[in-house]
Amino acid sequence: MKFSDFVATDTIRSDVQADSKEGVIREMAQSLVDAGKIAACDLEGIVKAIMKREDLGSTGIGRGVAVPHTKHPSVSRLVGTVAVSKGGIDFQSLDGEPVQLFFLLVSPPDRPGDHLRALENISRQLRDDSFCRLLKSAKEPIDIQHLLEEADSHGVAS
Amino acid sequence: MTAKSNESIHDAASGGLQMETVSREVIVINAAGLHARPADLLAREARKWQSRIELVNDAQRADGKSILELLTLAAESGTRLVVEATGPDAREALDAIGSLFETRFNERDSDQKS
Repeated sequence: MKFSDFVATDTIRSDVQADSKEGVIREMAQSLVDAGKIAACDLEGIVKAIMKREDLGSTGIGRGVAVPHTKHPSVSRLVGTVAVSKGGIDFQSLDGEPVQLFFLLVSPPDRPGDHLRALENISRQLRDDSFCRLLKSAKEPIDIQHLLEEADSHGVAS
Repeated sequence: MTAKSNESIHDAASGGLQMETVSREVIVINAAGLHARPADLLAREARKWQSRIELVNDAQRADGKSILELLTLAAESGTRLVVEATGPDAREALDAIGSLFETRFNERDSDQKS
């Protein structure tokens, strides 16, 4: 699976304003609403479900990266977005580091395989330190978009 | 009932006991597969041991102590993996990791929250 299969281009944020875990999740979910990827009436339910998942254990997987996610019946295919926080946010990460780079995923309840393949793609690409660093320092959403496209075209993603 | 105890010992080059590698097959039986939370639990368990721990899915190897690497396995429910442990506490580490798979990482099949 490639980034372009689940990251909606007009939802990417290169400088989120939120300074809390719930704040950044809400800001990212709102960008999915704004782009018509999820319905406005589902926003609260999705934010709550993602926060409930975070309560089970932070999705801050290290290297300043977090993958907040949930399953939700309102989506028929995996939708996701990417955001960068310039200042970093305390996400109770597994390595204790603040998180700057976020991949938010909302997947249909009956498609666990798609969710796994998205996580696989994100984690494989992020093993590349320079990719990680370039994403975090991107100035505009379009720069993030280009980096994701480059990863898609050079990767061996299926 | 799932993770067959299929242990084998390979003599490492040094032949020393410290370098003993033990392995066993495990099967991902929780419905959601090896997603973020199980990968977190697995890496936390693996880090408790001195031994080097690797998970192998066909040709792909992942460091058992790294969530990022474990997630690159994209192991769905039903996937068979080989766990390899090398080091002084390899057998104990293998048992601990095997039991995480056997107990479905404490997930119920009906639990669709990932």
